[in-house]
Amino acid sequence: MMKLLWSYSVRNVWVRSSTNVLTVAGLALVSLVLLAVLMLGNGLNRALIESGSTDNILLLRKGATTEIASGIYRDQAHIIKTLAGIAQTSAGEPLAIPELVVLISLKKAGAESPANVVVRGTHPNTFAMRPQATLTQGHLWQRGTTEIVIGAQIAKRFLPGGFGAHLRIGKREWQVVGVFDAQGTAFDSEIWGDVDQLMAAYGRDSYSSLTVHLAHPTAFQQLDEAIGTDTRLLLQVKRERDYYREKSITMATFIRLLGLTFTGIFAFGAILGGTMTMYGAVASRTREIGMLRALGFSSAAILASFLCESLLIGALSGLLAIGGGTALQFVTLSTMNFSTFSELAFRLTLTPVSILITLAFALGISLLGGIPPALRAARLPVTSALRAPGQ
Amino acid sequence: MNQPAIEFRRVTKSYFRGNQEVPILRDFNLSIPAGRFLAVMGPSGSGKTTILNLVAGLDRPTSGTIHAAGVTVSQQRESELARWRARHIGFVFQFYNLIPVLTAAENVELPLLLSTLAKRERTTHVQAALGLVGLSDRLHHYPRQLSGGQEQRVGIARAIVSDPTILLADEPTGNLDRSAAEAVMALLTRLHLELKKTILMVTHDPRAADYAQEILHFDKGTVS
Repeated sequence: MMKLLWSYSVRNVWVRSSTNVLTVAGLALVSLVLLAVLMLGNGLNRALIESGSTDNILLLRKGATTEIASGIYRDQAHIIKTLAGIAQTSAGEPLAIPELVVLISLKKAGAESPANVVVRGTHPNTFAMRPQATLTQGHLWQRGTTEIVIGAQIAKRFLPGGFGAHLRIGKREWQVVGVFDAQGTAFDSEIWGDVDQLMAAYGRDSYSSLTVHLAHPTAFQQLDEAIGTDTRLLLQVKRERDYYREKSITMATFIRLLGLTFTGIFAFGAILGGTMTMYGAVASRTREIGMLRALGFSSAAILASFLCESLLIGALSGLLAIGGGTALQFVTLSTMNFSTFSELAFRLTLTPVSILITLAFALGISLLGGIPPALRAARLPVTSALRAPGQ
Repeated sequence: MNQPAIEFRRVTKSYFRGNQEVPILRDFNLSIPAGRFLAVMGPSGSGKTTILNLVAGLDRPTSGTIHAAGVTVSQQRESELARWRARHIGFVFQFYNLIPVLTAAENVELPLLLSTLAKRERTTHVQAALGLVGLSDRLHHYPRQLSGGQEQRVGIARAIVSDPTILLADEPTGNLDRSAAEAVMALLTRLHLELKKTILMVTHDPRAADYAQEILHFDKGTVS
């Protein structure tokens, strides 16, 4: 029975296509607004939170909330490197990398005003510690030189064709020798080079932060205790992922609240639109409904048939929105990273979860809009339905 | 003596318009033996269609009892009535009431969806019913591709496909030209004579009523 009733619903949606196209389009747009908000969140999430790894810990000066505002002395860095629980490279070097983070002002390609860009003085081993970053072009910087590699977004937005270009950073000229891709994380918007050369260029005698790769997941506790009890260090220990999550909370919450408020308002309109469409469907098929009831079809079967029709409209809208979302994946946006006051580029990112949420949203809205008319259809008195004006 | 196919015992039916009670049937008695073809004639608003609705259990009497196809219709629950209707009652409507988005075969199949028949058996029944009304070559046509007469024949095929005990026809020729009306009435007569169906038909058309074995003239809730 369900097969023919389903086919009945599908064909009714098709027959009333002129009305249904508008309803589907409206609901698809609302679903796309939701999906865009989710994708925005995913993109920011990827750019910020996923920049951090759960296997890395970040050390900052006590009281500092950002790398820019932090400072770690060379002797403190040396002490850290001797602690147990730190992973080692194949050459036996501890994967504990002190880094200097500075901001430079760089002119964006095609724009008048410059933007802040993060320059990270680090060690080539940083690629071992941050596996999301891989060199895609050129070579790594030679230690002790003023060579730099640039993130994919810097290459695209600031230095298109800048491979081999020279940049003034601090008091020195630097040459771009490579481009790396960090899979949409914040590192894509950074420039990396030799930490000692960068410190010399800025006349600094302390690092900004120190990132440690844990030998095993339980080593966090061990290192936290060792650093916390050593009065020479006065450093705070955070999982790298937690650090980036804290930095993104304000922005992500703002975007989610704004987006979801708009989605809520639009959704209300979409429910009304869906309800009106389905009321129209019931009104134009009153006699048909009466006939089905007279033949012996139950109220529940009529209710199911009309809900099926609403859900079909919802499913079409959801799929359309996901199609739109797929196209939005190619959009790259930039915003201010409030933890570094630098430009952060990120892509709208489609994930299986956001696809499922969008589909569930479209189906839910269409179901909500479809329930009152479907109930009306199911409750129509048969005798008066059979006397209804012609179709 | 055989039990009648349809029996009304002291049936009263009233409607309310606001607070005012409008009587349609008053102490109405009727007995239709199985296999009878009865036509009910009368002016609009005389209660003709109410009789069909009461027989099918689509409407409830204010008082009295109605027996049809072996059950006391007036005492059945809604869900029981729906199942009983699917098995025992075939409807022929004035405006055919075919579903425009379904083909002739699918429209005819609708009542069988409420049975336990498998798809193959349903297809056999549908082909037989459409063959009986002379539309074997229109199985996959949509209602809009059929003439009024053909649409009504599809409606009749739908009414008989589940082999019901009773056929209820509400102005079956009311929307047809004369030749189509004659073809439809000839078909109903055949169903009555060959398949021994009990037919209760409501009509304004004296020519259509002439096909019945008996004509009941109805006015203001009483038989004249």
